[in-house]
Order: sequence, then structure tokens, then C-alpha cells
Amino acid sequence: MTAAEALRADLRLLADFVPPGARVLDLGCGDGALLAFLRDERGCAVRGIEISPQGVLGCVRRGIPVIQANLDEGLRDIPDDSFDVVVLSQTLQEVRHLRPLIAETARVGRRAIISYPNFGLLSARIRLGIFGRMPVSDALPYQWYDTPNVHYTTIRDFRLLAQQAGLEIEREVALRLRGDAVARVHLLPNLRAELAVTMLRRPNE
Amino acid sequence: MSEASGPRTLRIEGAFRLAGGRSLEGVDVAYETFGTLSPNGDNAVLVCHALSGDAHVATGPGLDGATCPGWWDSLVGPGLAIDTARYFVVCANVLGGCSGTTGPGSIDPETGNRWGLRFPLVTIEDMVDVEARLLDALGIERLLAVVGGSMGGMQALAWARRYPERTDAVIAAATTSRLGAQAIAFNEVGRSAIIADPRFAGGDYAPDAQPADGLAIARMVGHITYLSQDGMREKFGRRLRDREDHAFDFVSEFEVESYLAYQGRRFVERFDADTYLYMTKAMDYFDWQPPAGTDMPRFLVTSFTSDWLFPTAQAREIVRALLSRGAELTFAEIDSPYGHDAFLLETEQQGALIGAFLERILADRNRCAERRVS
Repeated sequence: MTAAEALRADLRLLADFVPPGARVLDLGCGDGALLAFLRDERGCAVRGIEISPQGVLGCVRRGIPVIQANLDEGLRDIPDDSFDVVVLSQTLQEVRHLRPLIAETARVGRRAIISYPNFGLLSARIRLGIFGRMPVSDALPYQWYDTPNVHYTTIRDFRLLAQQAGLEIEREVALRLRGDAVARVHLLPNLRAELAVTMLRRPNE
Repeated sequence: MSEASGPRTLRIEGAFRLAGGRSLEGVDVAYETFGTLSPNGDNAVLVCHALSGDAHVATGPGLDGATCPGWWDSLVGPGLAIDTARYFVVCANVLGGCSGTTGPGSIDPETGNRWGLRFPLVTIEDMVDVEARLLDALGIERLLAVVGGSMGGMQALAWARRYPERTDAVIAAATTSRLGAQAIAFNEVGRSAIIADPRFAGGDYAPDAQPADGLAIARMVGHITYLSQDGMREKFGRRLRDREDHAFDFVSEFEVESYLAYQGRRFVERFDADTYLYMTKAMDYFDWQPPAGTDMPRFLVTSFTSDWLFPTAQAREIVRALLSRGAELTFAEIDSPYGHDAFLLETEQQGALIGAFLERILADRNRCAERRVS
């Protein structure tokens, strides 16, 4: 299996957003799988921030420099403009203070690539709207009472947040998960996509 | 092969200049090695000890030749994180120490008497300079890593600043780039206890009649700073020792009292009061800046959740300073109830991190060597 095949499908797609050789910071980088791919296959200079000890150890095993920290305490150790790309890969739904983190992301990096589960999915709407039950799906597999997620968003809501934070959407891709593969959704993404990947930039970049 | 050398001494001849401006005519360095140096000398790891440590970092022959345990046996040994079957581990007693290396208890060659307080003040950087000279003598040009906790971590950081070209990596555990007022204050209480002991005699006590009471109190104070509130509550609580009720007397009755008294007594048997003054002063003076150049070693910095002597906030200052210099750095805060002492006691997570980090450093060095050959 090549490094690209070993990488989760949504991460592979996210990696395609990252220019080769970029300085990349991954917020909530887990065991560093994405960063190792970007370093080995794309020649990126990488750094991660991760809260879990297992994730940190995984990064050390892969030789990924990682800082153990809680993103809710901000990125105060990271100097301004020190990265070309800041990645939030399915991290934002678990962060409590999201607005400050988006602002911090724009401070330390020129671009942000953010992936998140879409709560606007038709099946979620039916489950909540018709059956009156909280949505559970492949992208949001948790029961309401034991989920790590503290924020739920739809693609439309996320666009609004970006706008309010004064950031421009440079690229946006909506995805359906099909087992280990992903398929792009072009028609009615907010109804049909389980996951979205968005690249934001500061207005003057 | 993972042979322990047993205690050895290197004599560094000539004038050895110190940061404070004075020089020493010749320095003895007590050191031990564990494992085998590779033919091209590229598997060496220097371990730096803390305030009360010595060169005996891992199990091996002691001064009398009999095998005895080392102070970091949980981390250094065959098959452990700092694997002496793969790495050549060097550990030296620091300059100013009292376990074989030149210090205030040594003889001043000019007077023929014990140095005492006439011994020049030494800094962490001076200790590191002595270690560098030891490596020269051992034929080690470039280390795989320099590793240390607490005052040993300060030495590891000082290595990065002073000899960045001589090590691939720096591992600094439970340490700080500069002591805060609180830590200096505790050191000063310890020093005051020693100096106030009538047997101190201006530092000119006979080796067999040292200010034991003062040194024991210094150790008791120090020991409190190495534990955590939760750790102490769990270990001692308010339990009484060997009695049911309060004695209504000033005898040692709480378990924590007899524990501290025991730690103090034991310490006095193996440590020198003057050295205690010099070591704590060296720590107080330490004020570290990250390396200035771009060619920097890789860093692993760790802190422990319950360490209030060198808390995580101080480790993060090191992290911030290194990030501002663009260093390649990993920082981990290890969950532990053991306070500052955790760097000596936490084997699982700390061992896994250090082991994996070192393995990666070794692998990357080999990869670079292959690239050079091909």
C-alpha cells in the first residue's frame, strides 16, 4: 500500500488542496497521518497540534513535530504568519471556542483548509424533521448523549461563519462517503454531502 | 553488548575557564558509560543528571565493584527507552558535584586544602563545557541526543545553545529556561539552613563533620517541592506513624514528618553541603535563550501535570522561544500525580515518547548517512 492509499479518502482529498512545499500546521492532527503524507509525498514542512497522548506518541513515531495543547486555549505559542496552510481536519466540531480559533488560524496562517461534517444532509433533516430524532450518520456517528462534538453546522452556516470572520472562501468541495471512498457532490451539496472541505484565505492574500 | 564501564575519571589538564571569569587548573570528571560506541562513534547519548544525581544513571558496577541500581533505571538499560543495547550512553557527574568530579569538596592545588567556598561559582554552561571536553576525550564528535530532567534538562537546553552542531537532538524533561522567584526562594531556604548550621564553619568543615542538620533540612524543603499536593495526600494523608493518638510532644509523629526526616538523613550520607550551595546557585543563575543560528537540533520537551516546581507554563515558555526560532520541536505534557519527581518515576508514557523519539533520530541519521554514501 502506498502512502497515498493508506491515507483516509477525505484526508487524501484535503491533501490535494495543499501546495507542494508549503509550511503546514495541522490543528488536531491525531497521529500525524496527514502530515506524514504531506511531508513525504509533497515536500511540506509540517507541524501538528494534538491534545491526546496517543496522538502525540503516534506523531513522534512518524517523526512529526507536534505540540500537545488544547485548541480551546488558542495558538498563543505560534508566531504570526508562520504557516502557509493551517488544516482543521474534522476538528472544529469538537472545539468549544470556535470563533476565536478561526481568528487565530487566520493570524498564524495565510490559508486555512477546514473539513467538517454537514448537518444539513437530507437524511439528517428527515430523521430530525419527520421522525423527531437526532441525526446519526456515517459522518456523525455519535448518539447525542455521548458525542465529542459540541458544534454542528451545515455548509450554508459554515459559509456564514467564514464571512463573519472576514475570510474569503477560495475553494469548497462537498463529499459523500462511500465506504472507504469519497465522491464529490456538485448538485445540492447542502442536502446531499456528508462532508465538506473548504479553503479560506484572508481577503488580501 | 551492553556493558557498563563502572566509575571512571577523566583528567582535563590545563586552565579551564569558567563563565564567572575565574579558571580551574585541571578538572577531574567522574563518568560512566553503558553500551558500546559504534565504530564511527554515531550512537552516543549523553544523559545529564539533576541536582542530587551522579554518573551512575543505570545498573552497573559501583565504586566497590558490586552491581548497583542506577538513578534512571526505568529509562536507561538494555531494551528500555534509552536502550543501552543500541546506544552508547554517557553520564558524568557535573562540575561542582560531589561524586568524583571536581567541586568544592576537592583539594585546591594551590593551598593543598579543601576548596570549600573558595571554589569558584559554576554555571550550567560550565557543566556543559566539561561534558563537551569529556566527549572529545571519548572520541564522540556528534551526539545522537543529550537527555536530562530538571537541572539535567537545563544542561540539555544549554547544549543546544552552546554546541548546536554537536547533537542531533535535545530531550529536556521537567525543566525550565529560568527559575521563577518561587523556585529561587526554595533554593535560598535550603542554602540558609546549611549556612545557619554551626558546623558549616564558612564552608570549611571537615569532610566527616559536615553541617548535616542544615543539609538535611535543605533536602526536606527540596523534597516537598518535588512532590505534589495530591501525591502527598495519597501517600501520607494525616496518618500517624506507630501510634494511635497525638503525642502532645514535638516528636516525629505524622508519617510525612518521619518520611522527610528519613529523606534528609539518607541524603546527608551521600551528598556534600557545599556542593548543594553551588548546584542551587547554578540553577538560580540559569537564564536560557534558544540557539541563535538556523542549524539547530530537534527538541523533545516534556512537562508533568502535577509538577509545580517547573510547571507546564514554564515548559511552554521554552516551546514559545523555540517556535519563534523555527525549531523542530515536540512538546508533551505527561499526566502524572508524582509532581516534579515524575521525570524519575513516570516510565510508561515518558519512556514511550523518549524511546520513539530517539529511534526516529537514529533512523534519520542513518538515512542521511546513506544519502551521503550513495
